Amino acid sequence: MPNHTFRLNGEPVNVDVEDDVRLLWVIRDLLGVTGPKYGCGINVCKACTSHINGKAFNPCSVPVGAIKPTDEVTTIEGLAATEAGGGLHPMQQAWIDNDVAQCGYCQPGQIMAAVAKVRQCRAEGREVDDAAIEELRNICRCGTYNRIREAIKAGAEKM
Amino acid sequence: MPTHRATTTRSRPTAEPAHRADVKRRSFLGLLVAAPVLVTAAEIGRQTLVDSVPDASAVALPSAPQPAELYDLLDVIRDSARPTANLITVKVNKDGTVSFALPRSDNGQGIITSTQMIIAEEMNLDPDQVVVTLADARPELVFNQLTGGSSTTFSTYTPIRVAAALAQGRLLGAAANELDQDVSVLTSRQGLITGPNGRSLPFGDLTAKAAAPVTEAANVVLKQREKFTVIGKNRTKSDALAMVTGKKKFTTDLRIPDALPTVICRAPDLNGFPRSVGNLDAVRAMPGVTDVVKVGSGVAVRAKTYGQAIDAVDALEVRWAAGTVPGADDESVLRKLRAAELPLAVPKGVGTTLESDTVFYFRSNSSLETNCAIADVRANSATIWGPAKSPIAAQNDIARKLGIPQNAVTFHVMEGGGSFGRKLFYDAALEAAEVSKAMGKPVKLMWTRADDSRQGRVHPMATTRVRANVVGDAVASFEIRHTSVATETNPGLSEAITASAQKAPGGNLTVSESIWETTQVTPYNVGVSTRFLSEVDMRFNTSSMRNIYSPDVATARELMVDRIAAQMGKDPYEFRSEFTKLERWKKVVDRAAKEADWGKSMADGTAQGIGMHVEYKGVACAVVELDCRPETVNRQIRQARTGPRVTKVTYVVDVGLVINPRGVRAQMMGGINDALAMTLTSSLHLTDGHFVEASWDNYFYTRQWNTPPEMNIIVVEDSDAPEPGGVGEFGIAATCGAIACAYVRATGKTPTYFPLDHKDPLPFTPYPTSPPVPPSPTNGLETTF
Repeated sequence: MPNHTFRLNGEPVNVDVEDDVRLLWVIRDLLGVTGPKYGCGINVCKACTSHINGKAFNPCSVPVGAIKPTDEVTTIEGLAATEAGGGLHPMQQAWIDNDVAQCGYCQPGQIMAAVAKVRQCRAEGREVDDAAIEELRNICRCGTYNRIREAIKAGAEKM
Repeated sequence: MPTHRATTTRSRPTAEPAHRADVKRRSFLGLLVAAPVLVTAAEIGRQTLVDSVPDASAVALPSAPQPAELYDLLDVIRDSARPTANLITVKVNKDGTVSFALPRSDNGQGIITSTQMIIAEEMNLDPDQVVVTLADARPELVFNQLTGGSSTTFSTYTPIRVAAALAQGRLLGAAANELDQDVSVLTSRQGLITGPNGRSLPFGDLTAKAAAPVTEAANVVLKQREKFTVIGKNRTKSDALAMVTGKKKFTTDLRIPDALPTVICRAPDLNGFPRSVGNLDAVRAMPGVTDVVKVGSGVAVRAKTYGQAIDAVDALEVRWAAGTVPGADDESVLRKLRAAELPLAVPKGVGTTLESDTVFYFRSNSSLETNCAIADVRANSATIWGPAKSPIAAQNDIARKLGIPQNAVTFHVMEGGGSFGRKLFYDAALEAAEVSKAMGKPVKLMWTRADDSRQGRVHPMATTRVRANVVGDAVASFEIRHTSVATETNPGLSEAITASAQKAPGGNLTVSESIWETTQVTPYNVGVSTRFLSEVDMRFNTSSMRNIYSPDVATARELMVDRIAAQMGKDPYEFRSEFTKLERWKKVVDRAAKEADWGKSMADGTAQGIGMHVEYKGVACAVVELDCRPETVNRQIRQARTGPRVTKVTYVVDVGLVINPRGVRAQMMGGINDALAMTLTSSLHLTDGHFVEASWDNYFYTRQWNTPPEMNIIVVEDSDAPEPGGVGEFGIAATCGAIACAYVRATGKTPTYFPLDHKDPLPFTPYPTSPPVPPSPTNGLETTF
């Protein structure tokens, strides 16, 4: 069985599994990191949104064989550690300050997408405004969208 | 036939101030439970602050009070719990914390947090010092472990307070002994009881001394509302940190030994079932696969990863039996509904007759966490983990299915990833038990999104017809006939309701009639006011989707109200304000209009709309602004519905006593976003015996690009109502009505069906029904940002 090595939340990981198994299941079912959630398996609900080398992606749609040993995969569990100084990432803190989450199932993906969107806007010299936030495709079936908007704007100010 | 003028509106002569005064004096009965540490108890449902059934003879209203005004679904659920002799208990632990196992299901609605607040209030603690967990299934509670109908806080508020107050009293008594002081000079704050000399003792040191040697009843007086310091204050959800760090565990996140991922291969038809499998051995040999077995609803695959289980599911060659609705489509179901429609009773021609006939298509209540459960079935026992709003019924059904006694089934109630009525049922738990037994191994069973969307439970298709007779400035009659594919009520809910519903005026009703009669109120003085339900059993998988009948009925009702207002030459807001029945309701309508700047100038193609709704011991009024201009309606977003956009919502709600205002606003926000979906973008299309929509790129629940940029939710803080009402479903119906009315005002067109886009061309190519699960893409690294 093929062996795969990559970095997950700052640590090297090693797993034996067929190349075509999607990274989401490798992370969740084999490595036991359960922050990224299953919501569709076809890259439309975005509940599994994580980062690869700092950019948002959906591991439900990436075969583990496509991941390189040098790739750094970050899930919600590793987000805080990407910030200097310890403690929560400013976006996580903004989420708490705005009491965004309802059931919480989609929220790891929402936060990971929000962080990447803010970075993308900064890189492109754009405002993190309603138009930018409306590019986010993450579904929240509890309908917390308006609190998500407020939290993203607040979190962006501290990023 | 009597007609009635709006000027006869009056407030119901309630004696609510007196009720509040009664609360101060009244004592409640709780129990001290013999235990090594302090344990106090109270009976759920036994005690309430006020008699919830007002005296109908004291009320003289132009439209006779409807059953739901006097005795609503909340009363039904609470009263069904009254005879239950068993108890909820508050325990003071030696580490100073206070613990409570809530016999309810939290799927995000925040009842764990509000329960912490209720206990903290009575015991003068910080809510963080209260540990609330969800109780395992406890069959002795009978009807008392049911989460539904927005009833949790309404039915648990007082009993929890009684137990907590009793505990506080015992701790004070024990401290008085220890400190050799009179109880009246002691203060209790944050788990520390302090005497006048400054010496203090923590709860943890007192609990053994306060414990009861024998179980005995005890009276207790509750804290006065005027002294509340926790209840009524904004509080962030207790699991907020766990949720934003990925630490909150849902069912499929659990690591139960040997409970491997398990997926069921399901039929192309709704409720089809397997006859035979052609390639069992080949699929058993696929990578990662450990077991493949045919079960009732399909063919179950257990594998090392869900991905491998899904690949195996899609590789199965199954011969399927037809489903329960072979060949059916939207049109054939509509014909059956038409055939079942009840006649309207009041003849046309009394003054001006206005009629409407609106179709509401199927909608999905699939939550983001799909149906799931873990089962470990052994020879004579079973352990189940899963979200469940009626775990006792689940435990009972599972025991029956496995042929073991009910008490041999342990059901651990997990926090769910959303419910919206889905988790009143326990389809996955029942299947997981069946599969675990068949395989002889633990399984972690999860429905795929395609299954959850196509085979999962739905809000039934329905028609609502309304006829109103208008005579001058008065309404002579207002009749509603709602005809629906049957809404399946689960065993837990139906047994609770049939045990109590005969108490409702009119009595002796079937389950669905009971829910209808105890939830539906036409909140206006409109003369002869009737509302009837007829249901057709179409063998669909349905459930009480959030707010049950009300989103559809309110849409049709509020549209008719606007037409009546127009017929009279009145403004839609002014009509509602004049014709609503009670002063408490009128206050909310007036506040909404004021906050929303009702009547302000709006651009062509945009309009305000207003809708009100009465349910759950409360009243709500929504004012929306809707943009129907072509540049908005036709905006293009990939894999999305756009259409008319709600640009602003003002929502005023009076839900009685508010425990956590922030939690109430959150529930309203979710309900408002549901209303957008129900009215504008979200429906299932039935074709050839199955639902077309297989995922979130087919089923268009509200997204960021649909949600209102402005939302102003106002929770009435000085409600006359002395008790908490229901919150979880109360954002939807009024908003649905307001959106529908705004659409008519913006476009001049009155819709005949909802959601508005149901008959538009599908903005997607449907996924095949066989293989059943759309394959995961492989190009995820091309869409990073």
